Amino acid sequence: MKTLKIEELSKNFGSTEVLRKINLEIDEGNFLVLLGPSGCGKSTLLNIIAGLETINEGNVYIDDYNVSKVEPKDRNIAMVFQSYALYPSMNVGENMVFGLKQAKTSKEKIQQQLEKVSKFLQVDALLERKPSQLSGGQRQRVAIGRALVREPRIFLFDEPLSNLDAKLRVEMRREIKKLHQQLKTTVVYVTHDQTEAMSLGTKIAIMNHGVIQQNDTPENIYNKPSNTFVADFIGSPSMNLIKGKLKEKSNNITFAAEGSNFDIPISGYKFENTSQLDGKEVYFGIRPEHIHFKSSNNENFEVNLKADLSEYIGHEQIITFNYVNQELLAKFPSTIKIELNKETKLYFDLTQVSLFDTNSKERL
Amino acid sequence: MQDNLKASSYRDLEQKSKYTNIFLRWFLYFVLILFASYFIFPLYVMLVTSLKTMEEIRQGTLLTWPSSLNFDSWLVAWGGRGYGAGDTFLRPYFWNSIKMVVPAVFFSTFIGAMTGYVLTKWRFKGDQWVFLFLLFGCFIPFQAILLPMARTLGVLGISNSVIGLVLVHTVYGIPFTTLFFRNYYVSVPTELVKAARIDGAGFFKIFFKILLPISAPIIVVTVIWQFTQIWNDFLFGSTFSFGEAAPIQVALNNMVLSSTSVKEYNVDMASAIIAGIPTLIVYVLAGKYFIRGLTSGAVKG
Repeated sequence: MKTLKIEELSKNFGSTEVLRKINLEIDEGNFLVLLGPSGCGKSTLLNIIAGLETINEGNVYIDDYNVSKVEPKDRNIAMVFQSYALYPSMNVGENMVFGLKQAKTSKEKIQQQLEKVSKFLQVDALLERKPSQLSGGQRQRVAIGRALVREPRIFLFDEPLSNLDAKLRVEMRREIKKLHQQLKTTVVYVTHDQTEAMSLGTKIAIMNHGVIQQNDTPENIYNKPSNTFVADFIGSPSMNLIKGKLKEKSNNITFAAEGSNFDIPISGYKFENTSQLDGKEVYFGIRPEHIHFKSSNNENFEVNLKADLSEYIGHEQIITFNYVNQELLAKFPSTIKIELNKETKLYFDLTQVSLFDTNSKERL
Repeated sequence: MQDNLKASSYRDLEQKSKYTNIFLRWFLYFVLILFASYFIFPLYVMLVTSLKTMEEIRQGTLLTWPSSLNFDSWLVAWGGRGYGAGDTFLRPYFWNSIKMVVPAVFFSTFIGAMTGYVLTKWRFKGDQWVFLFLLFGCFIPFQAILLPMARTLGVLGISNSVIGLVLVHTVYGIPFTTLFFRNYYVSVPTELVKAARIDGAGFFKIFFKILLPISAPIIVVTVIWQFTQIWNDFLFGSTFSFGEAAPIQVALNNMVLSSTSVKEYNVDMASAIIAGIPTLIVYVLAGKYFIRGLTSGAVKG
């Protein structure tokens, strides 16, 4: 049984297609993050799961029950919004129990739930206050509390941290993570922040233009991006994509960038399909953090590159190198001294390389 | 900055700017007082005249202070002289107006709030057209609809009645009240409605429990606007009612114009003030909110 299953779901607003043939499954207790740039349809997808938007095609199942035409209140879900959406005229306590009251829950049960959740979230001292008298973090906590008291099957979060300042955001992120570890409920969480997605999710679904690009664990998303969009979207700075060609000679596969006079051996790379590799135009993808100043293992490939630009950001520095007239970014600890306009010896970690087809942009 | 600009020359500049500021301030007050007196002058004349006897009016000038506080003309304006036919006084018409204004303001405000709520939080296909047509209602000159409205009231059997006037004022208030409420609710985050839907609240519950409690500023604005419009209306009142069903503005007109013998300026002035007092009261009571409601839009959670 899947806690949430989305099947061939499509949605359009007028003539604009927002979601195209979305398929998604979540097991009990998982934390799924919908990640993507703004306008990719992630919030619409969340609203559809909540029942706040209608569906054009496809179905949504919660616990194997088709809820596509079920009212939001009957879906056994709770949602936390970006603006918190606390009812301004009600105090904290009233805000939290509003849903239970609508569901005609008994007074004792309401009181019991309110006490339990408000203690748990440390808002029990604030119950009499109005939302306008709370700080951003407190509002956030009350909004989560309002979702918690209903004990839903699925929690939906719609960019809940983006209205907080940077420091508070990191704190609340940890609290949400803790919350999930303790309660082990199923969560669907929408964000455009990759750090949030990486640190919170047990699964991440990366979306672009209404299509899921990759739905995988954070590790696989980072290490094995399924296409150039994912490779580019995740990581900061994003993955270097060097254009070039593959060469195959007696089972030895190498890569050479356009106009370069040396070949990079990539025989260790696990191709999904090994046919017709010779002469294939590809992107050679390597993350800035996988380019080293010192050799780290015997899978390293040594190159001499000239540094063009150095960006110091405190604990580390980002250096832009000229790789046969293509830009190559590398990240080093800021203790390393690298001279500009001079050849520097660098080591590519070939165990961390990704290859993409230049036409389909898919991973090879 | 030039080097040769010494401390003394800074002092000179400081002095100069001080004098300029003092001059501008006095000029500002002068202009403000001038305009204020321009507006207050008619009120002063009305008040003073209403307290004079006819004898004093004939002998003195407009500005002369009355010799004693004499409220006789106010009593006459309100309750009449006590002789039968032809004695017009304001009391019954004042109550007509109250009976007309209270329900008309209530219904037009309520319906406007509902319409504004639907147009912003329950969007449907073509809703912007509905809003556009409602907005149109704000620009239709009332003279243009007098005849069709008279016919409608006739068919409904409520012409020449307070109920008929309530209907007319409610209907023609809706474009304005809808505009007010729509613009207010547009700034209320729609996520509130979504959250309430997930919590299981329906259409009316969301309106009464979530939106209406935060609508105080715009309700005040709408009530003041509608009250002033309807209380001061003469056109609808004089067209759709006559005789005993007339509102106070029509009665005031009849009183002032139908004086058979001498023009009693003191009674006329007193009547005019009485007819204007309710709007003044509403402004004094709610004016603070009026300004606040007009300027504030965003509701922060």
